[in-house]
Amino acid sequence: MKSDNKLRNSSKGQNAQPLLEVEDLHVSFDVRGGEVQAVRGVNMVINKGEVVGIVGESGCGKSVTAQTLMRLIPSPPSRVKKGSIRFAGEDVLKKSEKEMQQLRGGRMGMIFQDPMTSLNPTMTVGRQITENLIRHRNMSMKEAHKRGVEMLNLVGIPLAETRMKQYPHEFSGGMRQRVMIAIALACDPELLIADEPTTALDVTIQAQILEVMKELRSRLNTSIMLITHDLGIVADVCDKVIVMYAGQVAETGTVHEIFTNPKHPYTQGLLESIPRLDDDKSQPLVPIPGTPPDLIKPPTGCAFAARCKYTMDICTRVDPGLFECSSTQSARCWLNHEMAKEVHA
Amino acid sequence: MSSSQNKTLIEVNNLSKLFRVGKGRTLKAVNDVSFFIREGETLGMVGESGCGKSTVGRTLLRLYEPSGGEVKFEGKDIYKLSASEMKAIRRDMQMIFQDPYASLNPRLTVNDIIGEALDIHNLAKNRAERKARVAELLQLVGLNAEHANRYPHEFSGGQRQRIGIARALAVNPKFIVCDEPISALDVSIQAQVVNLLKELQRKMGLTYLFIAHDLSMVKYISDRVAVMYLGKLVELAESETLYEEPLHPYTRALLSAVPIPDPDSETQKRRIVIKGDLPSAIDPPSGCPFRTRCPLAKEVCAQEMPPLIEHRPGHYAACHFAGEPLPKQEGIVSAG
Repeated sequence: MKSDNKLRNSSKGQNAQPLLEVEDLHVSFDVRGGEVQAVRGVNMVINKGEVVGIVGESGCGKSVTAQTLMRLIPSPPSRVKKGSIRFAGEDVLKKSEKEMQQLRGGRMGMIFQDPMTSLNPTMTVGRQITENLIRHRNMSMKEAHKRGVEMLNLVGIPLAETRMKQYPHEFSGGMRQRVMIAIALACDPELLIADEPTTALDVTIQAQILEVMKELRSRLNTSIMLITHDLGIVADVCDKVIVMYAGQVAETGTVHEIFTNPKHPYTQGLLESIPRLDDDKSQPLVPIPGTPPDLIKPPTGCAFAARCKYTMDICTRVDPGLFECSSTQSARCWLNHEMAKEVHA
Repeated sequence: MSSSQNKTLIEVNNLSKLFRVGKGRTLKAVNDVSFFIREGETLGMVGESGCGKSTVGRTLLRLYEPSGGEVKFEGKDIYKLSASEMKAIRRDMQMIFQDPYASLNPRLTVNDIIGEALDIHNLAKNRAERKARVAELLQLVGLNAEHANRYPHEFSGGQRQRIGIARALAVNPKFIVCDEPISALDVSIQAQVVNLLKELQRKMGLTYLFIAHDLSMVKYISDRVAVMYLGKLVELAESETLYEEPLHPYTRALLSAVPIPDPDSETQKRRIVIKGDLPSAIDPPSGCPFRTRCPLAKEVCAQEMPPLIEHRPGHYAACHFAGEPLPKQEGIVSAG
């Protein structure tokens, strides 16, 4: 009935090859006053060439999960309590710092949210791109420069030769984010982790960046883990969606399942709370009442119970675990139990 | 909510705001903008960062002195008022800020944050009355009266934004400039705040200027929407009309750039991706500011700035080729 492993054989049919497998990951932060359980048992699989969207409110653990995948969170205060992360079959958590450096920037690329602060202001853009290539691909300066220019062209930066010699402050926000993408992709990473890559950008620039990412995926077959809170972006570019809530996976499924037939009241709530351009505006928006729980003392039972309109007796007592709803969809909600009564959202 | 019979509350005529940026250069943040806001309506204002929408909001309240033009509030030009007259009129015009973390003084309790507005305008006779009024305001925005003794850091983002709203409401204003009031909040919380703003408008007959870059939220909350680009007002219409039949090529590109949360419509939708970045407002292009990125641009666009013309009743656009179909050309995926 329950299966946390089912994503293994999802999405792209029989020939889907898992690139990243996360199993029962628990990450905590030791703070004054206790232990913040930021990630509480996350399972996910990203196959080759797949774009997986991770959505959820701030504090739901989506960025912590992503940064733990690359071992970017300093420890202490963070601590991986339990679980495993396998990237192309190798256990990431067992690697030494030196081995991690081989992985980061080489086989795994990351784009951060804020293009204004994630580039080094004292280095030319060219050096920041070539640094990676020289280190990971043993290129000569000359080769790396050539590849850097190619990458800038690829992400749509005009006058790439001149731009290589410039510093980040000479670029606009959208252009800097393109530089970030160029750096992340220079070494042809197998996995690109994009943490809110367009949140700081305007919609017209966002549209340009999303086009770039879609094209890269179809051209280079890169797997992308896209963290965002914008459901529109998820619908636009993702194959699979993972909805996170309070450090857990609340629901996961194909993009079609999540948007047309969500099985978790939280996912339903998220979809109802956003107005759409084609919506009738005389209807009031349906917000999700309340706020997410404090992860120093996560509630027993279902973490969403306190905000859920269908809360039953069992919800506050026992954590439902993930129920399988189809071969690709599962939800952490008691309503999917075969004994549960039918509810219509 | 509002009907076209409602009288005009705010009239903005040829408003300009320049900022000196050193070396004798000026930045035209707002460039000759005219519009009006009717009593009880919500005028949405959208545009990309740097287009001048926040500057319009602040200049309307005379938080900035204008470089040119006039703003009439109930028929009075507010830029001609003396300091004491201005203070009196500020009771009618309030503002809700974008960042709920930065716009509340961390050293004051909620009681003092909201009470300060009452003190300035002598709206409470004594401590007991002040406390009662603060409690009433907190309940109005969906918070607890007991929250009054807490400090801002004890609240979540959504709750802080409610405190900001309570502060704006403390003086019983007629008009509120909401400058991106929800963009710092989570999706599930945004709807709570927007519903609250709508409910307060109904109850108290408020007029809003709602500045935002989230186009779907602006459509939802606004009666009419104004689109700005590089300091210029490029289009203004009833919100339904603007979203269904946009005339200005910039508005059309802006609307088509919004990802729609529906995977099926998305695959069918063909998007207009406009190339390039926003030009600098220090050295804006000649003629129409959008011409450098516009698929319709011709020679005339570089020579003269198209005036804001009423193409249909209530639907204004500033474009020489307003409403013309966008050409299919390289790099432009034309809209279906």
